[in-house]
Amino acid sequence: MMHKREWIYGWLFLSPALVFLFTFTHYPAVTTVISSFFSTPKGRRPAKFIGLENYQALIQDDVFWKVLLNNFWFALGTIPISIGLALLMALWVNSHLKGKTLSRVAFFAPTVLPLIAVANIWLFFYTPGFGLIDQFRSGLFGLPAINLLGNPDTVLAAMIVVAIWKEAGFFMIFYLAALQSVPPVLKEAADVEGASSFYYLRKVLLPLLMPTTLFVSINAVINSFRLVDHIFVMTEGGPDNASSLLLYYIYETAFKYWQSGYAATLTVVLLILLSILAIGQFFLFDRKIHYK
Amino acid sequence: MKPLGTLRTGIASMALMMGMASTAFAVDLEFYFPVAVGGKAADTIQALTDEYVAANSGVNIDAVYAGSYGDTVTKALTASRGGKPPQLSVILSVDMFTLIDEEVIMPFDELIETDDDKAWLESFYPAFMENSQTGGKTYGIPFQRSTPVLYWNKEAFAEAGLDPDTPPATWEETIEMGKKLVKKDSDGNVTRWGVRIPSSGFPYWLFQGLTTQNDVILANSDGNETYFDDPKVAEALQYLVDLSTKHEVMAPGIIEWGATPKAFFEGQTAMMWTSTGNLTNVRENAPFDFGVGLLPGNKRRGAPTGGGNFYIFAESSDEQKKAAFDFVKWITQPAQAAKWTIATGYVAPGPATWETEEMKAYTADFAPALVARDQLEFAVAELSTYENQRVTAVFNDALAAAITGAKSVEEALAEAQEKADAILKDYR
Amino acid sequence: MSANKIRLPTFDTVLNTFAMWFLAFMWALPLLYAIWTAFHPAAYETNFVWNAPLTLDNFKSAWAAAPFARYFFNTVLLVTMILVCQFVLCTLAAFAFARFEFPGRGILFTLVLLQLLVMPDILIVENYKTIRALDLVDTIVAIGLPYIASGFGIFLLRQTFMSVPKELDEAARVEGTSFLGILWKVYIPLAKPTYLAYGLVSVSHHWNNFLWPLIITNSVETRPVTVGLSVFSAIDAGLEWSVINAATLMTSGPLLIAFLLFQRQFVQSFMRAGIR
Repeated sequence: MMHKREWIYGWLFLSPALVFLFTFTHYPAVTTVISSFFSTPKGRRPAKFIGLENYQALIQDDVFWKVLLNNFWFALGTIPISIGLALLMALWVNSHLKGKTLSRVAFFAPTVLPLIAVANIWLFFYTPGFGLIDQFRSGLFGLPAINLLGNPDTVLAAMIVVAIWKEAGFFMIFYLAALQSVPPVLKEAADVEGASSFYYLRKVLLPLLMPTTLFVSINAVINSFRLVDHIFVMTEGGPDNASSLLLYYIYETAFKYWQSGYAATLTVVLLILLSILAIGQFFLFDRKIHYK
Repeated sequence: MKPLGTLRTGIASMALMMGMASTAFAVDLEFYFPVAVGGKAADTIQALTDEYVAANSGVNIDAVYAGSYGDTVTKALTASRGGKPPQLSVILSVDMFTLIDEEVIMPFDELIETDDDKAWLESFYPAFMENSQTGGKTYGIPFQRSTPVLYWNKEAFAEAGLDPDTPPATWEETIEMGKKLVKKDSDGNVTRWGVRIPSSGFPYWLFQGLTTQNDVILANSDGNETYFDDPKVAEALQYLVDLSTKHEVMAPGIIEWGATPKAFFEGQTAMMWTSTGNLTNVRENAPFDFGVGLLPGNKRRGAPTGGGNFYIFAESSDEQKKAAFDFVKWITQPAQAAKWTIATGYVAPGPATWETEEMKAYTADFAPALVARDQLEFAVAELSTYENQRVTAVFNDALAAAITGAKSVEEALAEAQEKADAILKDYR
Repeated sequence: MSANKIRLPTFDTVLNTFAMWFLAFMWALPLLYAIWTAFHPAAYETNFVWNAPLTLDNFKSAWAAAPFARYFFNTVLLVTMILVCQFVLCTLAAFAFARFEFPGRGILFTLVLLQLLVMPDILIVENYKTIRALDLVDTIVAIGLPYIASGFGIFLLRQTFMSVPKELDEAARVEGTSFLGILWKVYIPLAKPTYLAYGLVSVSHHWNNFLWPLIITNSVETRPVTVGLSVFSAIDAGLEWSVINAATLMTSGPLLIAFLLFQRQFVQSFMRAGIR
């Protein structure tokens, strides 16, 4: 039953949000694609249509390919570990272990601290010679100094650690909320049956937590493309772009090199990547959580 | 898209109304300035501006602290594109070609009228003017300028059996002394390196010290040609790489710029190359006796310059241009420049400033400040081209690749030159 | 449950406890380091001895070196503005999706969900152009605009609103209450935990957001804390961890304390809001 009056109201209530949503999400997504076919305006020379030139440049741009690969490893490194740790943290904090309140505070603190500020602290941890990691290594084991950020082989891993540290506590909250709504009867029943904790976790808890895991994994995927603040402070993408990620490269291209046409082309790639993920995940989402 | 259009006009007209609230009596100038060395600089600029305005009733100057150098150039370009540029701004000297390319600045030559003006234009160190002139015209006036120098730990020198008052004068001596200065613990791990030349973020700047010493420049004065693959550049880069790999007097890998002074204070390195902008920091925090000297030479002595220039924006009224010109001329006079240098540690832009009583008293108390001046004799323009950020990024990447051993020196530099050529071909 | 109390801890429990403590210590380390450096002279930045002298000088010099009070004020203003706008816009939109039938509802909802993945953070280039066209560059409003219609918020509130019993809605309609009246009296009170949970996510996200504010602001009057901190620490001279960390604690302190004090309530609101 669809009353005329009803849908006028529907539209009325919806329109303020839609105006902003379209202005800052859908409209720019479309103009990004359009801009990617134009050159960058300079001074009084306007942008002109250049067809696929930006895309040709993209294919030949070895920095782009490097950054894309970095982003792949960054996602692969951060997503499973941060989710796994978040679950582990939530299980611990939700148990009867001693010191769980203090631990919860510790796990959660990174969520509230701005990444841009704590990146300076991590920079100190990683500094060769007098940094915390090296003081520890030489003090306890007599090992030589290690330059984690100044070596293209280790820099990305070092950045992944920072991202995991930042994210895991936030995801823990979601798991904690889910765990607290699991009926205690289930655990009691498992105990009566003589099932091991591990069996209970695998066969009872994990399936129950599936919707949370999906929700958290969507967040983790988004973050793997969005989390770039620490790069500004710690490496500026170096050495030789070994720690640069796609969004950081877009930033550099648009606001340091002033190549807005090419930056739009890079954004198109990011949009395509996200759309593929969106399609994949919404299907999963659809099956597991019905939002009708 | 109707809703967007309506919103746009609505908000834009609101902004317009608010903009009209300010009315002009005399000449109004908007002046953007960046600060890269902490709080004192902003206060000094503000105080100098106030002093000028108090003495010149017909002029009103709104000095805007715009943040870092990057923020300032962004803000100035954005405002220009929006049709509301400042009349005056301090921006990196290396951004000159970008500002010309965007057609937002004007040459000072058009504002030169009297002989006094001409003499003023000649009063700056030639090394600073290299980054301020192109095509026979002067676009920038040096103000917030610096240069890298060598800092050394005298106690470490004495401990290694070296004369604490004599730093290395050549590349060879750097290696020889460096080897004596390297200290290892019982596990054979290095606890003190000989020298530290930071290479994070913008490695090209300090590397340009090495290329200048090897008697080669990195770009032409038209800003449309680079010489990255010159054999002398390769030689300089090989020397930098060898310092850690072959001679083992410098830590391997990319060396962080920001942590360098701290490493020096902690005794992790006996010598460091860094900006004169660190003089005050080192003076206050080094727990040992230290020296400041010229960078060592090879074929010649040499160093780049760095920092910011004054630019006048083209889209100003004639009165505004005149007033802006007069202000720049005033603030770079020895009396004002001396105050500025003493407060911030930036290098005074012209020889006359060093002759003022204030500067004499300052350098008598703190002799290392003179090193920067003495080095200017050997200094050259900081690497600057059209599309400057892109070209330097390409070069920085090549340096990082060579330093970390990912590519050979020749390979990295040849690739960088190829990329720079591709970027600059439209400007030839 | 009294049997549990006298039972000796099993090996498993001991192992888990130590593992938890270890991880918690690792997670707290950056914060502990920030506190250490902020309250000790710079010489003890890298030197951890128990008798290092305490000082408040770092806070003083950070306070004097940059207008942190202003940055803090800007951030509070920004976060409040975003939160209020998000609540209003998302509530209305979620109500429309949950309560009314209208042509295009399915497509529009899909478009809303799209924003969960294609968030404004990655559309910086085009959004910058839009803000410039609106002549709003370097304003606090410009930092917030792209975020005030939030797909996540609409999605969450719609979920909650759909679980409101139809009878309550109908009873109010029979009494002649307007749609806005129903929303205000029936739907919103029932969605309180959702507002709390969503508010927390929103506040912590925008308090710490960096990239977009970095691009769109360039003066003291508009810069939020994050951008202020980055400008402050990115200077020519070397890093001074003690002063930077003092500034970090000063600006994140209030939020940190608030979140830590009310953690339990947050988890509960997340639970009741069905975000899990």
